[in-house]
Amino acid sequence: MTTTVAKDAMRKGDKTVIAEGTRMIPIYVMGKRYFVPETLTIQKAMEYAGYQFIRSCGCRGGICGACATVYRLEGDYKLYSGLACQTVVQPNMYLVQIPFFPANKVAYDIEKLPYDVTAIQTTYPETFRCVQCNACTKVCPMDLQVMDYMAAAIRGDIEAVAEMSRSCIMCGLCTSRCPAETNQYNMAELCRRLYGRYGQKKSQQVAKRVEEIKAGKYDPMIEELQSLPLEELKKRYEEREWEPVMSEGWEPKETKYL
Amino acid sequence: MAYTPEMKELIKRVEATRPERVERVKQGIQFPKLSLEESQRRLKTYHPDYKEEGRREFKIGPNKGDGHSYPDEVVDLFEAKSRIDPEIVDLSKPDYETDVLIIGGGGAGTTASLFAQENGMKVIIATKLRHGDANTIMAEGGIQSADSTKDSPYYHYLDIIGGGHFTNKPELVKVLTLDAPLIIQWLESLGMNFDKTPDGEMRLLAGGGTCRKRMHSCGDVTGAEIMRTIRDEARNRRDDITVLEYQPAVEIILDEDGKAAGALLYNMETEEYTIVKAKAVIITTGGCGRLHIQGFATTNHYGATMDGIVMAYRCGVPHCFLYATQYHPTGAAYPEQNVGLLITEKMRTAGAQPVNIDGEEFTFPLEPRDVESANIIRECMDVGKGIPTPVGRIGVWLDTPMIDMLRGEGTVEHDFPAKYIQFKRYGIDISKEPLLVYPTLHYQNGGVEANEWGETKIPGLFVAGEVLGGIHGENRLMGNSLLDINVYGRRAGIRAAEYVKEGITLKKLTLEHVRAYHKELKEAGIETDRISPMLLPDYSNPEVRAKQLTARYFGTLR
Repeated sequence: MTTTVAKDAMRKGDKTVIAEGTRMIPIYVMGKRYFVPETLTIQKAMEYAGYQFIRSCGCRGGICGACATVYRLEGDYKLYSGLACQTVVQPNMYLVQIPFFPANKVAYDIEKLPYDVTAIQTTYPETFRCVQCNACTKVCPMDLQVMDYMAAAIRGDIEAVAEMSRSCIMCGLCTSRCPAETNQYNMAELCRRLYGRYGQKKSQQVAKRVEEIKAGKYDPMIEELQSLPLEELKKRYEEREWEPVMSEGWEPKETKYL
Repeated sequence: MAYTPEMKELIKRVEATRPERVERVKQGIQFPKLSLEESQRRLKTYHPDYKEEGRREFKIGPNKGDGHSYPDEVVDLFEAKSRIDPEIVDLSKPDYETDVLIIGGGGAGTTASLFAQENGMKVIIATKLRHGDANTIMAEGGIQSADSTKDSPYYHYLDIIGGGHFTNKPELVKVLTLDAPLIIQWLESLGMNFDKTPDGEMRLLAGGGTCRKRMHSCGDVTGAEIMRTIRDEARNRRDDITVLEYQPAVEIILDEDGKAAGALLYNMETEEYTIVKAKAVIITTGGCGRLHIQGFATTNHYGATMDGIVMAYRCGVPHCFLYATQYHPTGAAYPEQNVGLLITEKMRTAGAQPVNIDGEEFTFPLEPRDVESANIIRECMDVGKGIPTPVGRIGVWLDTPMIDMLRGEGTVEHDFPAKYIQFKRYGIDISKEPLLVYPTLHYQNGGVEANEWGETKIPGLFVAGEVLGGIHGENRLMGNSLLDINVYGRRAGIRAAEYVKEGITLKKLTLEHVRAYHKELKEAGIETDRISPMLLPDYSNPEVRAKQLTARYFGTLR
C-alpha cells in the first residue's frame, strides 16, 4: 500500500520537507507497523508516526551515539545497524533502538597508570577474552575497525587503539554484540587518554606561553587595548596583520605584542 | 541521497573554475575582506537579527524596557508560567543534599564538576539527557588559544572584540584569552588527543575572523574528544561526583535570605519531582538552537532550549545580548536528511571556498560568522546565484575538493572523518564533490549576566558556558565556545568551592520568587498557558496529535 503526503507536511523547526508524491512505506517499530514517508530518517519517521523521544535522541547529527538502532529487513537473516538520525528508512525494516546498554566503566587514576599493555590488563582484563569474531566491527555505525583495535590493544599498541577509535561515538553497539563480554569503547577511551597523556609529546610552546602569562607578560598589552578609545581600537582591529592560509615561513612584521 | 542529475550538471561549473581558484589560494590571493563599514551594511540588510518582524520587547523582569527587541521564540519562554505550582511543593524534605549542584552535564558543567571536586566539594550534576549530551560533543572545528610564536593574547583579544562588534564585556574577554593556554595544558594533562607534530607541537589552523592560526583541534571531532575526556575523568571521580541523568532542573530554589539553595528537578521518565539542596548552584545548561528562531534549522543538540536563562531570570538575574543570535554560515542544505547539520568552519580554514551557481567566489571565506552568513544569504536572495534543491531549499556550494588539491590527496577523509562518513552514507564523496550549504541556527551569543568568575547577582548562583552572556558580545568567533566552556567552567567550579568553604548556612528553602514571577506576569496582563523551561522541543506529528484524544500536553511534553 502506498499513499502520498501533502506538500505542507512540513514540521516546525527540524523541518524535513516532504516532497509531493513521496511514497509511504511500512516500517516496524518494535514489531508494530507504521506507514512513513520513504525519504525520512528512522528518527524523523518515528516522530512522524507519533513518537516523542526522551531517550534515543541526542545531537540529531550523527556524533553523540544516543540513537543506536538495530534492524532486520524482511526475508533477510542479516542483522543491520545504524544511527536513527542518519539512517533512512527502508520498506519492511524491523527495528529496535538501543537506548542504553550496560557497560563496565572502571575508575582509574591516569597519573598512576603505565604506558604499556599492563594499563589495559589491570583495568579492562576482559579485553583479552576477545575471540576475534568481528561482530563488533560489523555492528559499528561509524565503520570503525573495532576488532582490529581490540587486537592492537592485546598487543599493547596503545597509539593504534587511539588512532583507530578516533571517531568512536560510544553508542555501545559493539558491547551489546560481544560474546566475550568486553567493553570495547570504554577500553578505547582509556587508550586514547593514555596516548594523549603519555604517547603524544607535550607542547613546549603551550607550556612556555602559560609561564609567560603567569609572569604577567600580557597584562599590560590587554590593559592597553582596554584603555583605548573605541575609534583607536577599531583602527587596530582593521589594521591587524593577517596570517595567510599557506603560511610556511611567514613572520609577522609587528612583533612588540608577541 | 546522491546529487540529482541536474545538480551534477551544475557542479561542472564549479569544477570549471576550481583549478584557477586553487592556484590563486596557493599564491595567497583571496576574495577581499569587507571593511567594518561595509560589514555593518551587509548585516543590517541581510542578517536575520536585523529583521523587524517576529520580535518584541520584554514586558516583565529585569530586562523590561532595556531598549532591545528579542525574537518572539525567546520572549515566549519568559512570558510563560513555571512547570510547577509552588504551592504544591514541599521543600522541607530534600531528596539529595550536596555542596555544589551543577545543572547541565555538557562541557561547562563537567569541567566545573572536576574543579569543584578538586577543591574539596561533593558535587551533583543534574542533566536533562545523558551525561555529555550537549552542544559540546557536536563542536567540530577546534579550540582557540594564542600560544604560537606568531600570536599572542593581544591578537586573540582584538579578534574577539572586533568579531563581537566591540560590544563584548572587556573583563570577560581578557580572562578568556589569558586562561586559554592554561586550559590547553590542562586538557593535555588529562590525555586529550590533539592534532600535533611528532615533536608535540600543535598543528594550528585559522578560523573566521582570526588574524592568526590558533585553532587547536582533534580532527573534526574536537568537541567530542573534549567531552569524552572530561566525562571519563568525572566518571573516575564517581565517589565525589554524582550524575543524575534524565533529570533536568525546572526551577532554582533559593533560601529565605535570597541565596541559591538548590533546584527542583523533574525526572522525565518517572515524572516525579525531586529536590536537591545545595550550598552553591552552577547553571551550565547551554544554548537555544531548538527554539528554531525565525524557523531556521539548527546545528544544536535536542536539549538546547534555553532552560537556564529562564530559571535564572525568575530569580531576578538579568540577561544580556540575547537579541543577537548566531547563524552558522555553513549548515548542510542537501541531502534533506542532513539539513541543518554543521559543516565545520575548519573546512574553510583548510581551503574550501563558498562559491555560487556559476562557480564564482563572492565572499572572503573567513569573515566573522555573522558577516559570512549575511554574504551567503545575499548571494541567494538578492544576487540570485544560489543553487536550488529538489524540495525548494536554496544554498551555495562549499567547494570541499579544493582541500585535497591544496593539502594533498586524502586530507578530507583524514581530517574530516565524521563529515566524510555522514555524506558518504548518502552517496556523496565530499573530497570529490562540493557540499551545498546555507546558514543555520548555531549559537546563543547572549546569556545570563555574570562576572569573570561566573558569579551572578544572586549569592551562590553561578553560570558557565553558553548560558553565560557577554564574553562574545553580539557575535562569537569559531573556537571560542569550546574555550569558554572550559575557562568559565573551571572558574565557576573554583569560585563555587571557595564560596561554600567560607561557611554557608542555608535558611528555609523557598520558591517565593516563582510566586512573585507569576504575579508579575498577571500584573503585566500576560494571560498564557505557555510553560517554561521548555526542556524538549516539540516535533510531534500534528495529524497524530489531533487523534491523541486523551493525552494532555504540559508545554511541549506529554
